[in-house]
Amino acid sequence: MKISRKDVEHVALLARLELTEQEIEQYTEQLDSILEYAATLDRLDTENVEPTAHAVPLHNVLRADEVKSSIEREKALQNSPDAEEGFYRVPRIV
Amino acid sequence: MELTAKSAAELHTLLESREISAVELTKAFIERINAIEDKVKAFMTLTEESALMQAAEVDAKLSRGDKLRPLEGIPMALKDNMCTEGVRTTCSSKILENFVPPYNATVAELLRQAGAVMLGKLNMDEFAMGSSTENSAFHVTRNPWDLERVTGGSSGGSAAAVVADQAVFTLGSDTGGSIRQPAAFCGVVGMKPTYGAVSRYGLIAFASSLDQIGPFTKDVRDNALVMNAIAGHDPKDSTSVPYDKPDYTKFLLNDIKGLKIGIPREYFGQGIDTEVDKVLRQALATLGSLGAEVEECSMPHTEYAMPAYYLIAPAEASSNLARYDGVRYGYRTEDSEDIISMFKKTRAEGFGSEVKRRIMLGTYALSAGYYDAYYLKAQKARTLIKQDFDRVLEKFDVLVAPTAPTVAFKFGEKSTDPLAMYLSDVCTVPLNLAGLPGITLPAGFAGGMPVGLQLMGKPFDEGTLYRVAYTFEQNTDFHKAKPAFSGEVA
Repeated sequence: MKISRKDVEHVALLARLELTEQEIEQYTEQLDSILEYAATLDRLDTENVEPTAHAVPLHNVLRADEVKSSIEREKALQNSPDAEEGFYRVPRIV
Repeated sequence: MELTAKSAAELHTLLESREISAVELTKAFIERINAIEDKVKAFMTLTEESALMQAAEVDAKLSRGDKLRPLEGIPMALKDNMCTEGVRTTCSSKILENFVPPYNATVAELLRQAGAVMLGKLNMDEFAMGSSTENSAFHVTRNPWDLERVTGGSSGGSAAAVVADQAVFTLGSDTGGSIRQPAAFCGVVGMKPTYGAVSRYGLIAFASSLDQIGPFTKDVRDNALVMNAIAGHDPKDSTSVPYDKPDYTKFLLNDIKGLKIGIPREYFGQGIDTEVDKVLRQALATLGSLGAEVEECSMPHTEYAMPAYYLIAPAEASSNLARYDGVRYGYRTEDSEDIISMFKKTRAEGFGSEVKRRIMLGTYALSAGYYDAYYLKAQKARTLIKQDFDRVLEKFDVLVAPTAPTVAFKFGEKSTDPLAMYLSDVCTVPLNLAGLPGITLPAGFAGGMPVGLQLMGKPFDEGTLYRVAYTFEQNTDFHKAKPAFSGEVA
């Protein structure tokens, strides 16, 4: 087994996903078979191979530091599930 | 021929000669959509009113005696992961069911400026994760060639709408084959441009190092016309590449004499349906008879593309989809005690099962202790896959391969086994990892279903792909076949 039920519970917490009992079981099984398949890569010798993060590497793409208009606050807030006086409202944090 | 079956190039001539008006044309498409949409279900949202207003503006221009640009007045539709100001953009997910973007994606803005008329937004696999459009949170889209079969995915709505004559052209996005595979399953032309050639600004991200937007069209000429409108550098997308954008229609030459075409043998191996293989062998013979030098070659790391992709894409997705937390936009659970339970329940209720599966897989591959074994290993495999392409493309102008290992499959056939579904992308995934352009075009039929021929090329050399595709199309009739809408609507 590549992945255990405990791993799945831990990863679900990291990913902020509340899973049902049934999902935990199902994902344990399915992720295991996908990771088993991914282990095909172990056959590759990558000792001296550099990783590729992007096929077209571009570095430090910057624009001139000029003030430009951005989206208005009301427009930015219009899709919020809960907003008040120009702020997003969320359950109490501390 | 019905108005709705015509190409953008043909319709442009009819508009300019004032044989039809833009409003008449848009109305014809709205009628066509209304007549068959209950069978196909390609759309998520229709924008009839604004479409008619856009068309009226084009007519006003015509009556002033102005010339029209190539896409002006041409009805089209966008995959529902491209932001459209004031028009709901769902990504076919419950978590964005009521999301109305406050801005336009660059491609939406460019098409608006080009005068194209937007009919609506198209169904897809939720967050573009899937190969059949069965993962839409709202409804499936049916293949017009056989309503009991899938359209492919994730841009299933984009492919179906074009072949069903519900739009002249559409845009889709391709992360591991999501333009090319559904285009092949539905028998239309689909282009995945070079990574960085078309702006991703306003495209709802799935896997940022792989995602690329491209056109679905009825023929190769239209495809080049749409690329002319959407390609080019965009300062709003930091991964957009500054390059000299050519006029892609200049490459529409009916001539491939002397071009070198490579056949990577790994793409024709195990898993390719024998009927599909037969159709493609015939297509290769056609290319040879038209004067291309066709020769076999080898890309030995091809088999590692799938496992590498299914680590890299979910890893990037797990990071990109962290933004859906119920705070700034999208769905929020009604049942939460504190902030953490709000995040967890919002995401549990808002995402479908395939999206959750990929978030889980990606989070695992990036988590402490597994990063080197999975994510880093996959990125190194990506280097080797890219080097395979670099090497063969030194020798060949274009590579030819199947677009998909089978024709469109039936509903439910693969939806219970994630790995089986993933393998339908086996011919398309390598190109995304290498960031290269690829086009699929109709190459024949197997058991009454369309088969796609995939052409893969050098970076920013979409032009040569158009040239080979155009030559093939001019010498075959497959793109002229029309679907019968057969089969029962389940």
